[in-house]
Amino acid sequence: MAEEVNRKPYVRPITSEWIVRHPRYLRYMVREFSCLFIGGWTLLMVWGLKQLAEGPVAWAAFLECIKSPASVVFHLVALGFAAYHSYTWFNLAPKAMPLQIGDDFVPEAAIAGAHFAVWAVLTAAVLYLAGAF
Amino acid sequence: MGERQIELEVLRYNPETDSEPRFQRYSVTCREEWVVLDALNHIKETVDPTLSYRWSCHMAVCGSCGMMINGEPKLACKSFIRNYEGVIRVEPLRHFPVERDLVTVIDDFMDKLKRVRPYIIPKQAKAISEGEYLQTPAELKKFKQYTLCINCMLCYAACPEYGLIPKYIGPAAIALAHRYNQDSRDGGRDQRQEEIAATEGVWECSFVGACSDVCPEHVDPAGAIQQVKIKSTLDWYTEHLMPWLKK
Repeated sequence: MAEEVNRKPYVRPITSEWIVRHPRYLRYMVREFSCLFIGGWTLLMVWGLKQLAEGPVAWAAFLECIKSPASVVFHLVALGFAAYHSYTWFNLAPKAMPLQIGDDFVPEAAIAGAHFAVWAVLTAAVLYLAGAF
Repeated sequence: MGERQIELEVLRYNPETDSEPRFQRYSVTCREEWVVLDALNHIKETVDPTLSYRWSCHMAVCGSCGMMINGEPKLACKSFIRNYEGVIRVEPLRHFPVERDLVTVIDDFMDKLKRVRPYIIPKQAKAISEGEYLQTPAELKKFKQYTLCINCMLCYAACPEYGLIPKYIGPAAIALAHRYNQDSRDGGRDQRQEEIAATEGVWECSFVGACSDVCPEHVDPAGAIQQVKIKSTLDWYTEHLMPWLKK
């Protein structure tokens, strides 16, 4: 019979140090963090809709409010985070949606590229409808 | 071949005498073509025979020598000394209990691997006399990359979700479940879904993607997990919104 072995496995503590251990974890945390700004901007839009429903005076006050320097800075930061989130997400899309045609898989760059192309077209369409050009 | 003097800082833990691990530094004269595993073998043979670690094939096939090298999960047999500068820090794979020195307790992974039934469950069993289960090259390609997994557990050491939520089934086990789900000869998806489509399955994954980054065999467990998420979501919609479509 095997000799009895006294085991005493050591469980190393998990600290938040992993976030800075490698740039990939930091990039991931930035991507996750972006939701706060995107969520914040969405709430702002909901508030805008409410003001619109309340009438022209409330709507004018809302427009005046989002023209403030703090609001402009918030919008720029939120836009940056939204763009970063979309960029990372589109680059991950080929992993979630591989496409096999015949024997071979469509190259990852083509799937990510298609997402970026649709993004560009939709952005242009929205800007056009908004009267930017 | 050139030689180089290097410093290796190795995490040591002796369960019989230590209350917690500590680092021990070794100075080793390494040859140009050495990998970290060669340096460890050299230490064990000439300096300190008490140093414990797992290894077997020395060619990235067996998956035994996974360890943290300068904080990254690596196979020691694939990590060339010449690619490192300064002191090389070697630790046991993260997120697993330390049995002794660089040897970890891997029971948790072995149990999870068993739970996902990583083998073919034929749709319809047939007698050997009826011949082979045939498969086209396209059907093979659909899952082939996942067959390259060597169960080295580097993906578990890289995954912060597994570190924080040890119940999470984790990258390799899900990738292997997906491998069999994708196999045209297999009919066991429903059984595997009970494990991998559960909360502790794919839904613990927040797509850090580190598992695929560190895989020494270039398997893409992160991709497999997202594909299982999409299919499980479609299952849910089919079941709740279009029950008549469910077979």
